[in-house]
Amino acid sequence: MNASTLFARVGGVNALPVLLMIIALPLIGSYSSWVTLTVAGLAMGMMIFLMASGLSLVFGLMDVLNFGHSAFISFGAFIAASMLALMPGFVGSSSVALNFLALFTAIGVASLFGLVAGWFFERVIVKPVYRDHLRQILITIGALIVAEQIILATWGGNPVAVPRPAMLEGSFIIGDISIEIYRVFAFGLGLAVFIVLYLVLNRTRIGLLIRAGVEDREMVEALGFKIDRLFVGVFMVGSALAAMGGAMWAGYQGLISGALGGELMILVFIVVIIGGLGSIEGSLLGALLVGLLGNYVAFLFPKLSLASNMLLMMAILLWRPWGLRPALKL
Amino acid sequence: MSDFILRLDDVHTDIGQYHILHGITLDVPEGGVYVLLGRNGAGKTTTLRTIMGLWRARAGAIVFRHHDITALHTSDIARLGIAYVPENMGVFGRLTVEENMRLASTTGRFNDDRLGRVFALFPAMEKFWTKPAWSLSGGQKQMLAISRAIIERREMILIDEPTKGLAPAIIRAMIDAFREIAQETTILLVEQNFLFASSLGAGVSVIDDGRIAHSGEMSALAGDKALQTRLLSLSLDAHQ
Repeated sequence: MNASTLFARVGGVNALPVLLMIIALPLIGSYSSWVTLTVAGLAMGMMIFLMASGLSLVFGLMDVLNFGHSAFISFGAFIAASMLALMPGFVGSSSVALNFLALFTAIGVASLFGLVAGWFFERVIVKPVYRDHLRQILITIGALIVAEQIILATWGGNPVAVPRPAMLEGSFIIGDISIEIYRVFAFGLGLAVFIVLYLVLNRTRIGLLIRAGVEDREMVEALGFKIDRLFVGVFMVGSALAAMGGAMWAGYQGLISGALGGELMILVFIVVIIGGLGSIEGSLLGALLVGLLGNYVAFLFPKLSLASNMLLMMAILLWRPWGLRPALKL
Repeated sequence: MSDFILRLDDVHTDIGQYHILHGITLDVPEGGVYVLLGRNGAGKTTTLRTIMGLWRARAGAIVFRHHDITALHTSDIARLGIAYVPENMGVFGRLTVEENMRLASTTGRFNDDRLGRVFALFPAMEKFWTKPAWSLSGGQKQMLAISRAIIERREMILIDEPTKGLAPAIIRAMIDAFREIAQETTILLVEQNFLFASSLGAGVSVIDDGRIAHSGEMSALAGDKALQTRLLSLSLDAHQ
């Protein structure tokens, strides 16, 4: 059995995050540190997946380069922070139900904003520049600058503290292993979103149309479907997921500033590129790798932590120029 | 007038800065196979894409039955009952054969009789029903593209060079299939394989340099070597 057959048999590219975890264990040495870092990496990966999945589908379906995607992440974070700040009684309550209510209201309002703002953004900013990459880049960066200024004008230039619901504070302690509750929650939410997206894409007619459109949108139209309408829907959902990811990230960080969207966007682009365009499975894989590697490297080689994801992207693109699980090859 | 299902009147199409169709006038009669012949680059594919609205006619009119479809959206043209099988077949490789066919059905469901007839025409479709389309051979992909076009009754099917790159045995099977399909619908067939085209077509038009150079009965063209040579010259010999 040669190496590539063995690699395929153990799960192929799907097994890469597990492989990374296994490699990291002896390097880190301490089992409890490894568990903490792994959970942190998985949670971070899932939050980045939320932000990246919509962008990947938007890229794949309409070949649209949306550099304004990070605005939805930022707005999601700040709106969630404001919503939580508006409900101190619920957030600080010892009742888990009230904690949940506060949390889901914050995430829900942020996502709803993403949905509506996504519709506006697509119709007003992106639609006039379909099939023109240069104009897409210019106008979406322009829109991003406007959005960042709106955030600055609304929330000010100082970092904003994000109240975290009481039930998500603290950690599970198992022996000498400490696992932050919020990280487990972030991982669970990301996984739930992935499963819903997967089922919609693979078990429904809308999903079938999206998958077909990612491959050949012209043919989808020739079969009698209006791909533009489908695209608006995908764009809205993608924006809502970015806002949800931003909301989760806000709670994770505890303190957010206007630069948050731009900083995360670098990771989001890396995830979309190494995952492969138009594929949510690819986005998930890419996001988990980025999250895990980021945490492991920050612990093992702190000076390399900024460069680690760039190196990961270079290595994967040298190995697979189309990404790990692309839905299409250009 | 009512004998024609599709009429193109002085259609001009530009692609970027290039003027490709220089006033195509074409009347496609209802029923059977109508063939569009021409050399490489003559404008055959552009004509089909313009009919489908995938490229916009700059001038002229395209009338399908009583609908002026010149400015209609591609999806609306398809909904009028025109199916399109492009030169690259337009098969969705990552979707299964079944999913490809399901997309082509308006309701997303299949009529059992209809599906049975498709399977009878192209048994490979039944055999590879759950397989991803990328795993099919070139001929099977072409069969899938055509199966998709006939999974519901269409008013008209536009097919662009279906025999390109196919083995002779598969081309013979295609001829039988097209004869059966043409019993219930009108096929506008773009071809370079003259033997294939002449065995199917009743009427023919020849495009040259973005204009219709000749229209008439296929039997007349097939029997007139001098006319074939003048209209199609070397491209004919190369494909016989």
